[in-house]
Amino acid sequence: MPKDSGIGASSKRREDVRFLTGAGNYTDDINIHGQAHVFFLRSDIAHGTINSVDTSAAEAMPGVVKIFTGADFEAVGGMPCGWQVTDKHGDPMQEPKHPVLAHGKVRHVGEPVAAVVADTLEQARDAAEAIDVDISELPAVVDMKAAVSDGATKVHDDLTSNLCYDWGFVEENKAATDEAFSNAAHVTTLELVNNRLVANPMEPRVAVGDYARGTGDHTLYTTSQNPHVIRLLMGAFVLGIPEHKLRVVAPDVGGGFGTKIFHYQEEAFCTFAAKACGRPVKWTSSRSEAFMSDAHGRDHVTKIELALDGDNNFTALRTETFANMGAYLSTFAPSVPTWLHGTLMAGNYKTPLIYVNVKAVFTNTVPVDAYRGAGRPEATFQLERVIDKAARELGVDPIALRRQNFVTEFPYATPVAVEYDTGDYVATMDKLEEMADLSGFEARRKASEARGKLRGLGVNCYIEACGIAPSNLVGQLGARAGLYESATVRVNATGGLVVMTGSHSHGQGHETAFPQVIADMIGIDESMIEIVHGDTANAPMGMGTYGSRSLAVGGSAMVRATEKIIAKAKKIASHILEASEADIELKDGTFSVAGTDKSLAWGDVTLAAYVPHNYPLEDLEPGLEETAFYDPSNFTYPAGAYACEVEVDPDTGKVTIEAFTAVDDFGNVVNPMIVTGQVHGGLAQGIGQALLENCAYDENGQLLSASYMDYAMPRADDLPFYQVDHSCQTPCTHNPLGVKGCGEAGAIGSPPSVVNAVVDALQSAGKDVTHIDMPLTPARVWAAMQG
Amino acid sequence: MYNFDIERPGSVADAATAMGREEAQALGGGQTLIPTLKQRLASPSVLVSLSGIAEMQGVCTTDDGRVAIGGATTHATVARDAAALYPGLADLASHIGDPAVRNRGTIGGSLANNDPSACYPAAALASGATIITNNREIAADDYFQGMFTTALEEGEIITEVRFPVPEASNYQKFVQPASRFALVGVFVAKFAESVRVAVTGASNDGVFRWSEAEAALSGNFSQSAVDGLSLPGDNMISDLHGTGAYRAHLVGVMTKRAVTAAG
Repeated sequence: MPKDSGIGASSKRREDVRFLTGAGNYTDDINIHGQAHVFFLRSDIAHGTINSVDTSAAEAMPGVVKIFTGADFEAVGGMPCGWQVTDKHGDPMQEPKHPVLAHGKVRHVGEPVAAVVADTLEQARDAAEAIDVDISELPAVVDMKAAVSDGATKVHDDLTSNLCYDWGFVEENKAATDEAFSNAAHVTTLELVNNRLVANPMEPRVAVGDYARGTGDHTLYTTSQNPHVIRLLMGAFVLGIPEHKLRVVAPDVGGGFGTKIFHYQEEAFCTFAAKACGRPVKWTSSRSEAFMSDAHGRDHVTKIELALDGDNNFTALRTETFANMGAYLSTFAPSVPTWLHGTLMAGNYKTPLIYVNVKAVFTNTVPVDAYRGAGRPEATFQLERVIDKAARELGVDPIALRRQNFVTEFPYATPVAVEYDTGDYVATMDKLEEMADLSGFEARRKASEARGKLRGLGVNCYIEACGIAPSNLVGQLGARAGLYESATVRVNATGGLVVMTGSHSHGQGHETAFPQVIADMIGIDESMIEIVHGDTANAPMGMGTYGSRSLAVGGSAMVRATEKIIAKAKKIASHILEASEADIELKDGTFSVAGTDKSLAWGDVTLAAYVPHNYPLEDLEPGLEETAFYDPSNFTYPAGAYACEVEVDPDTGKVTIEAFTAVDDFGNVVNPMIVTGQVHGGLAQGIGQALLENCAYDENGQLLSASYMDYAMPRADDLPFYQVDHSCQTPCTHNPLGVKGCGEAGAIGSPPSVVNAVVDALQSAGKDVTHIDMPLTPARVWAAMQG
Repeated sequence: MYNFDIERPGSVADAATAMGREEAQALGGGQTLIPTLKQRLASPSVLVSLSGIAEMQGVCTTDDGRVAIGGATTHATVARDAAALYPGLADLASHIGDPAVRNRGTIGGSLANNDPSACYPAAALASGATIITNNREIAADDYFQGMFTTALEEGEIITEVRFPVPEASNYQKFVQPASRFALVGVFVAKFAESVRVAVTGASNDGVFRWSEAEAALSGNFSQSAVDGLSLPGDNMISDLHGTGAYRAHLVGVMTKRAVTAAG
């Protein structure tokens, strides 16, 4: 029987009322009296030396307030990087300066060279056209392997090369791993590309800077997943503004997918310019600007090798990856191909020896950083592809090969530094086989063949590390931040309460799901609970939302704060009921004394907290407001098994997805409907990566896929009706809710099954195709079929 | 977008006069022109909107049995009003872009722009249509002169397009995955005495007739007639979405499918 409220209920998303009726308050909806508009003049050259930027004619244009160039920011700090990776020799990564506006050189198409602030946006654009920029073009560095070859043009003259770092993990395992390969009965090798993507949230980025001359207070309204992080990075490292004089507000945000985690130049510019111009300054990204200024995702080139013994047990895994950083280090870029990728290379399998090598490379392209899944999709894709290839080479069933090598005992310490607390990979695979009716596949294949289509089945598993992350651990790994989360629970006199959380909702449904948890803990109606987020002025210092961490970390902080509230409320109740505190029970919003009929309603206690007439004032402060910070003791490890069935049109190479089944173990589930929605969205993005999306540059560093005319986003008719299940639940063992996180799973788990299915379809027709690089466009599939 | 004047003439004559102004640009449904203006890639001083001209609207049959479509008629109107008169053409119109595009975009605008991936040029060329302007009549075979290039003179307005109606016809479009324009589109029109095959999306020279297939199909209107025929890929468009060889291959596949669907 489904619940109708509290944990486990599919409560309707209360925020959707405003989102779906045009009543949201997005950053672009914020207009401040007297505001000016900024237009960024962006480089159309990928790599060049700036000889001059002449703004004299533009300054005389109508409406121009002020024009800024790189020289205006010389005294200001550069854009900071929040993670320092140490290479395999123990040396820190190479970390180039990242100016707010280009200075000396331009390093990617889209890099801002000048900024025009004017009364209107059209005036700013007109004036920008009158700026005379003289750039001497240099050879562009685009291909990663060429970028790190001898004699390559350097993206940054002051670095020794284009290699950001050469990371080995676990370096101590390398010799033993190599040894295992030399003793292997079988080795499967696969070279592949994990294609570069553009996140494309529906709402483009926006920043509005405001400065109060009377008080010296700065305010930045911005499309961010983590306003406190922006406040710290921009205040401390770029502009030198202390947190108490800087407020960052991220109101309703229309999708993030990782690309709104990072601190961007436009945010620093608008904050800086608002003071310099004496007027609020607003920037709204066009979609064209988004393509060339939002951090991109993925872009790995990998060689992976899997060693097996004579009984098909995995004995070792070895990878070499080139990871594109783009022209500069975006905020968390170095962590993605390393700690969010190498640590996941064990997957769901008990491979005893693993060695991961990652070379991070600078190129004349837009910076690359976390995108839904961030490192974990790259790990999953290569691992699940190489296992599939191994099964085909060995002539064994790919599911049986996986099952044979599953981790089955928990906790399980992987050879890549993490310890899985819990899981049941056999259960999710059993469920998948049943739901996807895998036993009926051959009949469906015959039916497809009768219609002239090739049918393929692809299966894969995945595991991810979410609930990011234990602060002391990530500190050792190079994070320049903690990764706890915070919550303040403020109970009002009449019993309703407000939760101010450091988590940020940009579509996830926190305003609905978080109250379900507290409603259960206290026994009050969900409607009595309001979630407030996205404003540094009222939420405690928090780290924001990404890495499927909100409920596992932010939700845990909220639980801890609510536990404090309940403990204090029981003290108040025990005083009023004249009973021992140990005898007070809270159930269904009522405090009662065990073994008696004495009771007190939740609202009576909250009222007493603020009208403390009959109150233990000598022992207890009035009021009912508590804050908790929660720092997780481990990551969480959602895992699952996915199956994809495709049809391939042999005449055109067109792939259609006929069925897709996703079985996920997210631990406990608070709102099943929201979880299903998160999986659907993740699957759309994963299938988009597998079949459609491709961010492409030419050899001169020009962005070829710079609009929706050439960048293919998945549309509804590209996608099947999904079968989704999250009934296999092994609750997380170390957070109070037993939850693991569900936001990224679909995007992580789906690409390999799509590619596995297409390879299966082509092989069923006798084609000698073992791999096709994503996206599997009709042209690529057809070309592969031609041999 | 740069500033411009806009004129909304009510007649073809007034439109022609307005087009005489310096740097005038005709505006049909604006599905290509408006995005171009927003990107600041064009700066006409005056836009002459053709959408308010009643004599350029609608679908009818002429005395000689041709289907006549006003130059300012939207794709959605063609899809609906030509369905009984010329089903192959109506079906093509019903699959252009999305509903918003079909309810703004016009046949005259599409043919005047002559995008190498647009659908209408294939229908006009395969049908042997006549492009009627405010000055003259132009046979489709003379009208299309390469990518974004037509026989239209400066200021000339497409007022009407007349389509001979084939015995059987069909358009097969293989879409480019991002834009959903035609990666390759083939319109096959079977007339009593001959078959015409026009291909859009594929060639660096824009829409073209595949004469080899026309000859084969004129003798034997079945997909087997196309077996063994192939186009060279060297003058085909090659881009992110497909090589010239792939497009050349798709022309064969789409031609066969169009023949089969035309029945």
